[in-house]
Amino acid sequence: MELTSPAFKQNAVRALNDPQLQKALGNVEKGFVAKRAAARAALPEFEALRDQARAIKTHVLANLDLYLEAYEARVTASGGHVHWAESAEQAREIILGICRKANARTVTKGKSMISEEINLNDYLEKNGIEPVETDLGEYIIQLRHEHPSHIIAPAIHLNKEQVEEDFRRVHTHLPDSRDLSEPVALLSEARAVLRQRYFAADVGITGANFLIAETGSSVIVTNEGNGDLTQTLGKVHVVVASIEKIVPTLEDCAGILRLLARSATGQDMSVYTTFSTGPRRPEDPDGPGEYHVVLIDNGRTAMLGSEFEDMLRCIRCGACMNHCPVYHAVGGHAYGSVYPGPMGAVLTPSLNGINVSGHLPNASTFCGRCESVCPMKIPLPKMMRHWREREFERNLAPAASRYGLGIWAFFARRPALYRWASGIGMKLLGRMGARNHRLSSLPLAGGWTAHRDLPAPEGETFVAAYHRQKGA
Amino acid sequence: MDSRSAILSKIRATRDTGDETARCLAVESRLARPASGIVPSRGQLDREGRIALFLDMIAKAGATHERTPLPRDVPALAAAYLRAHNLPARLRRGTDPRLEALGFEQEPAIEMLAGASDGSDLAAISHADFGIAETGTLMLLSGPDNPVTLTFLPEHHLVVVRADDIGGDMEAAIARLRMLQGKDRMPRTVNFVSGPSRSADIEQTILLGAHGPRALHVMVVG
Ligand code: SF4
Repeated sequence: MELTSPAFKQNAVRALNDPQLQKALGNVEKGFVAKRAAARAALPEFEALRDQARAIKTHVLANLDLYLEAYEARVTASGGHVHWAESAEQAREIILGICRKANARTVTKGKSMISEEINLNDYLEKNGIEPVETDLGEYIIQLRHEHPSHIIAPAIHLNKEQVEEDFRRVHTHLPDSRDLSEPVALLSEARAVLRQRYFAADVGITGANFLIAETGSSVIVTNEGNGDLTQTLGKVHVVVASIEKIVPTLEDCAGILRLLARSATGQDMSVYTTFSTGPRRPEDPDGPGEYHVVLIDNGRTAMLGSEFEDMLRCIRCGACMNHCPVYHAVGGHAYGSVYPGPMGAVLTPSLNGINVSGHLPNASTFCGRCESVCPMKIPLPKMMRHWREREFERNLAPAASRYGLGIWAFFARRPALYRWASGIGMKLLGRMGARNHRLSSLPLAGGWTAHRDLPAPEGETFVAAYHRQKGA
Repeated sequence: MDSRSAILSKIRATRDTGDETARCLAVESRLARPASGIVPSRGQLDREGRIALFLDMIAKAGATHERTPLPRDVPALAAAYLRAHNLPARLRRGTDPRLEALGFEQEPAIEMLAGASDGSDLAAISHADFGIAETGTLMLLSGPDNPVTLTFLPEHHLVVVRADDIGGDMEAAIARLRMLQGKDRMPRTVNFVSGPSRSADIEQTILLGAHGPRALHVMVVG
């Protein structure tokens, strides 16, 4: 996707003024926060499992080269093929090559953030191969030519009326008179439409939540079953995964799985957890004839040994964005990058460069909730601070944030800017302070509140109220 | 340099501790002798306790279940399930000897179909190799015995699991997997299934029956 992170502030203002989006974003807290809390409370070992998971991944990263070699040897021994890609471009070429060899016209896809990261769909389309997203949320946003606004709930920014509109627009073979007012009708329609696509597809592409070095297996975790149909019904299964997805053993995988679903959706376990190893065996009655894994670096090796190495422990559960007041206020698209929320604020500058994503590490209130819920104990606020420092050193920071209290002078000279900036502030602060009416940090003006609490503002800024009353 | 060497050498450049032998040994021994980590106390129960927890967790995940002491009752129970759900008396299954031994031929009410599914089946039956009490999860292995398409394509999936095969936790399932397959050997897929297919992608409303089965019915035998 085209990165629009440089326009984060404009994106944020637009998001805050979009009533439809604001209504949909209400589902983030409703859907995720309480469920995670309940799942965590029901498992006394949860905190100990977090420490264990961090230790597993830290060990993997310290020995990543060796584990990748061991993993590759097992994949090959089970009849699969491993391909290595340094960049997004190389990865796309490798995948296209596999599709071409299979004479593929259409490919089905399970949900995969790495395939978003390498912009796979556009590339396949340009080369005459039709990619079909099969995860319901991904399918919906593909119909809208949008990108995911959340790493596990890609269509969370939409309401059911919008989905109905899209289905009526695209599924023109179905009668106009059909009733699509209930979500279940939308689901059934997508199920029926996509069933045809699985059988017609030549290649099935999935991501991987984990790669198990011990057995050479790739692991997908889904609730819908679409990833399994994708990889079972195509002639060829292609797994696209970044190099840090490795875990050593089946037991290590089990340990981290206990955190993944609980942190993501509050389930004890997702509905389908599938370990896939190699292609169909001679005696198997179903399954793909070829199994390929494309291992992608695309910026990861540069994070090793840097202050951002810890980010490579991320298991993409989404808990950090589900608990982020900035994400709640502006949604995922405002970040303008593949990965939104706190994990995106750290990862995007690593992958795309701080020069185009400098606003993202600033899109934080440093409230610390992301780190406190991260199952992998990734110090997200600390790393956002590192990015701010780097940005400062490179002198790329906007004047306002470079000079701490100088922010006043900056805004005083730009009244219009001040009005909208404090408008964002008001809305954000209103939400964040709703619980105790005190705030310990202020977005876009961190320097201000480092040493003092501000009372949470209620309502609108003076200027906005003045204009409203004058107009009335 | 090819991409593989380029990636590996970039990693090595920052990982090298000066004692490469120690690093290699640590990795080799971890892979050769996999060890269990923290295992939640939730599933550490006696046999009946595990079965009760397993059934509880299955129900929580939206599946239905029943238990029978006698394997030979399974065909009649399956027939009753199909009738209760207004389904044609037809079931697809693989060649699992445990299913074959149940005596479906003696149940004239059901027509049995064999082999992988092409998507037209309304109901199928599989035999699980293990049940995990802590999460209410079935472990199924792909292959001719239980084709993986039966787990995902039919509207209704019936799964038989022996009471004796219900363990407390995922580590127990992994131990069983290694016992059945041998260390480092895997079937094409190991499918851990916890409930019927579902989606919450439209307004975070949980709906059952996304792409996989709309209903999962677990039959515990013993
Ligand atoms: S940073 Fe942590 S909380 Fe956020 S997606 Fe990654 S693992 Fe989950």
